[in-house]
Amino acid sequence: MLSSQTSPSRATIPPKLASVLQVTPMALVFLALVIVPLGLIFVVSFLDYNFAQVFPELYLETWVDVLTSDLTLALYLKTFKFLVIVWAITAPLGFAIAYFLAFHLRSNWLRTLLVTAIAIPFWTSGPIRMVSWVPLLGREGVVNQTLMGAGLIDEPLGWLMYSEFAVLVAYVQMLTMPMIATALNSMAKIPPSVIQAARDAGASEWQIVRDIIFPLVRPGLAIGTIIVTTAIMGDVVMVKFMGGSQVNTVGMSIITDLNAFMYPPAAAKSILLLIVVLSIVVSLLRFADIRKELRS
Amino acid sequence: MTKSDLPATKTPPRRRGLSRRGLLKSGAAAAAASAFPAPMLWAQNIKDVTITHLGQSYSTIPEIEAKANEDLGFTVDMQTAPDPTTHVNRLLTQPKSVHVTDMPNTNLKYFTGRGVLMPVNVSEYKYWDQTLSLFTKGTYPDGTEASKQGMAPIKAQYWADENAQEYSLTPTDYLVGVPLYYNADTLGIRPDLIGRPIESWAELLNPEFSGRVALQDGVSIGVADAAMALEAMGEITYGDKGNMTREEIDKTIDVLTALKREGHFRSFWTNFDQSVQLMASGEVLLQSMWSPAVTEVRTRGIDCTYKGMKEGYRGWYIMMSAMNHLEGLERDCAIEYMNWMNSGWAGAFISRQGFYNSVPENVKPFMTENEWGYWYEGQPATEDILNPYGKVMEKAGVSRDGGSIWERMGNIGIWNTVMDEDRYLVRRWQDFIAA
Repeated sequence: MLSSQTSPSRATIPPKLASVLQVTPMALVFLALVIVPLGLIFVVSFLDYNFAQVFPELYLETWVDVLTSDLTLALYLKTFKFLVIVWAITAPLGFAIAYFLAFHLRSNWLRTLLVTAIAIPFWTSGPIRMVSWVPLLGREGVVNQTLMGAGLIDEPLGWLMYSEFAVLVAYVQMLTMPMIATALNSMAKIPPSVIQAARDAGASEWQIVRDIIFPLVRPGLAIGTIIVTTAIMGDVVMVKFMGGSQVNTVGMSIITDLNAFMYPPAAAKSILLLIVVLSIVVSLLRFADIRKELRS
Repeated sequence: MTKSDLPATKTPPRRRGLSRRGLLKSGAAAAAASAFPAPMLWAQNIKDVTITHLGQSYSTIPEIEAKANEDLGFTVDMQTAPDPTTHVNRLLTQPKSVHVTDMPNTNLKYFTGRGVLMPVNVSEYKYWDQTLSLFTKGTYPDGTEASKQGMAPIKAQYWADENAQEYSLTPTDYLVGVPLYYNADTLGIRPDLIGRPIESWAELLNPEFSGRVALQDGVSIGVADAAMALEAMGEITYGDKGNMTREEIDKTIDVLTALKREGHFRSFWTNFDQSVQLMASGEVLLQSMWSPAVTEVRTRGIDCTYKGMKEGYRGWYIMMSAMNHLEGLERDCAIEYMNWMNSGWAGAFISRQGFYNSVPENVKPFMTENEWGYWYEGQPATEDILNPYGKVMEKAGVSRDGGSIWERMGNIGIWNTVMDEDRYLVRRWQDFIAA
């Protein structure tokens, strides 16, 4: 048999070739399902269009509009505004809650219970969670009734629902959890002995948080930030419902184009969005070594 | 006629795809057919045909599907597209996955020069002579011409020729589709919260209701409503508000943007449920609505009226078309199904939801005198009016808001629309939402 002859001194595949062979299947999938469609989207963004048709004629106006219009500026300003505000709330909140869970709870059982409790709202589907905001924030909702009952306001506050405020509330509710999860993951990896040593050396709790925990948790927060960024930059569902379709963001404007069968502007906006999101993610990754974070 | 009056029905077992037995059977039938080419064998052959009807939740009603399967010798499989975009995209990109479809005629702007839809010969459709002149000629029963502002039915009812590439405003032998449902929409209002009569579209943009009105999200209905209001206010004079020029679009968007900045609009609604919820929760006092949505608000015990405005109604129209790839038996069955749709039963079903059918004389025998009087003639109900599912939706003594079919359909101010300047309008609509 041929195999029995070759097996003792089997020619080993050179390591470089082995690596190439190992990545080839994934690379092919990536090429077919990501690179090629992206290339098509890129091509479409340069074509002329009307009434659900794309004509094979060069039409640069789409890109001129996307790159120079006040609309693009307004869309990105609005989206970044949401991003900054939501981050400024969820990052400290996530850090604080994770800190409490990791360092102030002695019972593992209670910690598991509380972490589960954080996830309870996510057991229901997204649409139900969104509709549930109306009885709370609506004109005749709980908040308005309470405020009116307490005599603090004379007539219901309209801006609680179907407004930018409502969008922000929903984002914070949804995105605090990933912030907690990523921060908690990083905190769990800090050896208790390090904290103990600091305490023995006379560090105050604030000093421990500032000089030991925060630097060690920074990669976790960076990953949490990536999740928040991609969620907000790509969101079209929350902003549509909570904003009563009256708030236009980068994602919403792409959806509006798609619903009107205007593919080239949707394509151009998508490519710009992809570049922006990738730039943010790449710069955030400088703060976190993903491989290290994923290792348990 | 209520559901319980109907004869007990049994739905035939559903056949999907090809079974081995099915193949054998059709093979045998084909062999028999070639030996005895008699028309009676048609019934044998069509048993294995499945007609896929793609629609949206308002048209792919399980009760109608079951009745079709009971009445027809072949299988009807209704499939529901989740939204208008998916619906049109599937028809344009995978036409062969569909046999027949129903859609708002505003979509038809996307189907010129595509060769996706099949021209239906007038002679193949049984009820063309009984179809209302609004669809066959673009005129009201008294002979006067119906409004052509927006996407009037006559604008995409006939193909210019059998190649089915362009529409013709004058009758030809080739139908784009079979007229199905239509209605006259107007403002739904909360009389309990407004406390005075609302008679003009201008009220939609009246500062008195700032923060308490909603628009439909999108250019084909939202802009049409706004144009009705702006014209009624005397703010803008349009040549054709259903097909605006760029200057008219600019003026319209500018006024709307200013109003939006003042917080005039409470919300924009995208679907049926949202419009019901906005109205029922009291978030909104007046907004453009669909008839069944008003009914839904009322069945919750909340007062909501749907009277016509003095400037007229906003009309809409849904037709049923077959796909161009059909041939042979499948084509025959598709035409048969389209004929069945307007033979009365299905028309009566949707009429109980507040829509109209295009062949009223077929519908009449399937409704009680009371139902016919209430829905089509605008007469006070002599007994309780039930919805298609047998639930009481209106008490005896009440008559339909707006009156009879021609008091409502005979007074259309604008039709739902997709304008020639759609590209520019959508671009400006983006500015409006971003403002």
